[in-house]
Amino acid sequence: MSPDSLSRRSVLRSAAAVGLSTSLLTACVTGGRDSAETPASRGTKDANNPFGVENGRPLEVVAFKGGYGDDYVKNAEKLFNSRYARSTIDHKGLQKVGDTLRPRFVANTPPDVVDNTGDGRLDISTLVSSRQLTDLAELLDAPSWDDPTVKVRDTLLPGVVDDGSFGGTCLCLNYVYTAYGFWYSKSLFDQRGWAYPSTWDGMVSLSEEIKKAGISPWTYQGKYPEYVSEPLLTMAGKTGGPALLKAIDNLEPNAWRTEAMTNAAEAFAELAGKGFIMPGSEALSHTEAQAAWCQGKAAFIPCGSWLESEQKGITPDGFEMAMGVVPPRTSSDKIKATGLEASSSESFIVPAKGKNPAGGLELLRMLFSKGVAKSFAQSAGTLPSVAGSADGIRMSSALASVTAAVKAAGPDLVVYRHRIWYAALAKATDDAVGELINGRITAKEWADRIQKAADAIAKDSSVKKYTRQ
Amino acid sequence: MSRGLPGRVHRLRGGSAFVIVALLPAVVLHVVFVLSPYAQSFYLSLTDWNGLAGSASFVGLDNFAQLGSDGLFLDAVRNNLFLLLVMPVMTVAIGLILASTLKMGSKSRRGELFGSRLYRIVFFLPQVLSVSVIAVLWGSAYSPNSGLINGVLRGVGLDGLARSWLAEPRLALVAVMVVMVWSGAGFYLVLFTAALEGIPREIYEAALIDGANGWVTFWRITLPLLRENVQVAFVYLGMAALDGFALVQIMTVGPGGPDGATEVIGLSLYRAAFTYGKFGYASAMGVALFFGSLVFAVFALGGGRRTQTELA
Repeated sequence: MSPDSLSRRSVLRSAAAVGLSTSLLTACVTGGRDSAETPASRGTKDANNPFGVENGRPLEVVAFKGGYGDDYVKNAEKLFNSRYARSTIDHKGLQKVGDTLRPRFVANTPPDVVDNTGDGRLDISTLVSSRQLTDLAELLDAPSWDDPTVKVRDTLLPGVVDDGSFGGTCLCLNYVYTAYGFWYSKSLFDQRGWAYPSTWDGMVSLSEEIKKAGISPWTYQGKYPEYVSEPLLTMAGKTGGPALLKAIDNLEPNAWRTEAMTNAAEAFAELAGKGFIMPGSEALSHTEAQAAWCQGKAAFIPCGSWLESEQKGITPDGFEMAMGVVPPRTSSDKIKATGLEASSSESFIVPAKGKNPAGGLELLRMLFSKGVAKSFAQSAGTLPSVAGSADGIRMSSALASVTAAVKAAGPDLVVYRHRIWYAALAKATDDAVGELINGRITAKEWADRIQKAADAIAKDSSVKKYTRQ
Repeated sequence: MSRGLPGRVHRLRGGSAFVIVALLPAVVLHVVFVLSPYAQSFYLSLTDWNGLAGSASFVGLDNFAQLGSDGLFLDAVRNNLFLLLVMPVMTVAIGLILASTLKMGSKSRRGELFGSRLYRIVFFLPQVLSVSVIAVLWGSAYSPNSGLINGVLRGVGLDGLARSWLAEPRLALVAVMVVMVWSGAGFYLVLFTAALEGIPREIYEAALIDGANGWVTFWRITLPLLRENVQVAFVYLGMAALDGFALVQIMTVGPGGPDGATEVIGLSLYRAAFTYGKFGYASAMGVALFFGSLVFAVFALGGGRRTQTELA
């Protein structure tokens, strides 16, 4: 998001700004007609060229150039050029992907490959419902770059295909594998003789001990309550198992009022109620909260595995950052104790109306090859969604703990889809979580509020619905 | 003299040609970049366009009907109205008081308080800062543990008054409003100071001879003679109060929180368009806001005009 894009203008102007951005691109919406769909031509396919890329047809790539840079995309492009030497590649590395590409999607002249990532990205479910994306099944079933006997689909970590699927069709592939959990300083814990707990009860009693030692047991990124929504929903998901995940994602009546949900909410409300949370956390930005945690003012902080790279230069030497999974709250949890919330990000798409879809698919096949993924893991210090690509590289304690958690969890993942499908429901959840953890509403009120929001979305015919099998 | 008439006509023709040439680019730009987007927004507010599709279907007034049951949007309307009622009054009051203090507070020969130029520069300073810089500065000043405000309160022993300014629902909007007042007051101080220069000193001297004190002079002379400036200030500030997007977006919890406590219409609109992909619905918010601002502007200008004739 660009906070200053509307800056200090009068309200009339801010209304106009939206009007303006729309008008420049509504040539089609307010006047034109959809061009007849003629699939771009392809060359001959063979075992080495499964999509029929024409050597000589140019390829346009737009990559998000954020914290991880865009060198890994360029690596894949080098591979592409070595095989299709006569195709020129137009590469653009951008931060505001959405602003740049929105008019091109509306005008039906999108690039061939897009890394739709970052604050200014295009809403993926809107892209999907506007039929702007190529079905990636062809890519998933093609032979992988490294081993022609293995399909691309089988080289990916668990959940990656599901993350990119809408209504059973895979439309985007995410490059970075993100695990979520609670973070702590291993050196601090070793020094004090604390061990990361394996149950939630253990977590509560450890928090008690930490508090007695004069350290705040917890802090969180108060300005953005979604950092707490993630572990809260994970805890509930572990208790309720796949049936609950499905019910929540499918907007089933009363899914939020189930015991698994309200008890998880109570557990987090209790953290606040027992005074375990560092005072003032509720108003801290993610940078402030994470800095306080790095300074040893709080023992635990919830976050995804991007934390290490985000804290580069702030983390003191010898801190030994490590992540633990959300411990099970009950002994009868339906997902095993090592179950992990993991999802993938850095979404690569092949626009349906690009001029060279075969080239786009081929570039992705190369991008998801072991060699490119490995060099990405090395330079970015984070896990790519290609299985085994981080094996054998030198890992920091943070990346090692994440890799170990991913291995231990195996296929037992806690994955919700509703937050991507229904952005408005995610907003309602996060607002309610903020109120819950500040003691302004009870767990029951929390569940009622979100259920109401979920029911409203279920009833709203203007929102495209997805179902989870 | 004999050539006077044709000469005049000639000059007039040349003049109007010049006027047309000078205005044309501005008119064209205005039509293309201001009026046509408005027209398009009005049209889009009647559709379900998602911002990416090549087509949109007409949904009539559905989007407007939905506004009424959108809890967050209603929060936003409530907050903008609160800002509209309180912020301009506070800003104008502070600007006026400071301006007349600087101008009249001193009995010195030059009729100015010592160092008043410096004060003017200091107060005007926020005006040259970008709004995002202001938001970041105040965001850290409000920070509960390391922020300036709580630091000062704790430093003077008022620990009990230290708060999570932006995280408490009852304080957050006021905290945002304080920033608006702070960043606006300096501009109006300068505006009112300039206007005060236009009031003849003799009037004040006469009042002084008649035994009027500073307070009476302010109410009976300064304020009535500044009425037009104050009125313009109210219109500008009202527009700012109906906006507030940038400050809220950068400073607040959520943003717009906690739990809608600082939500403003601009933020709801932005979220609907760019996060939820509901450009049609967002345009409806924009159109509603447009009419809201229009009513306000007409009311503020029209209401003042009546009292002004009374004065003259």
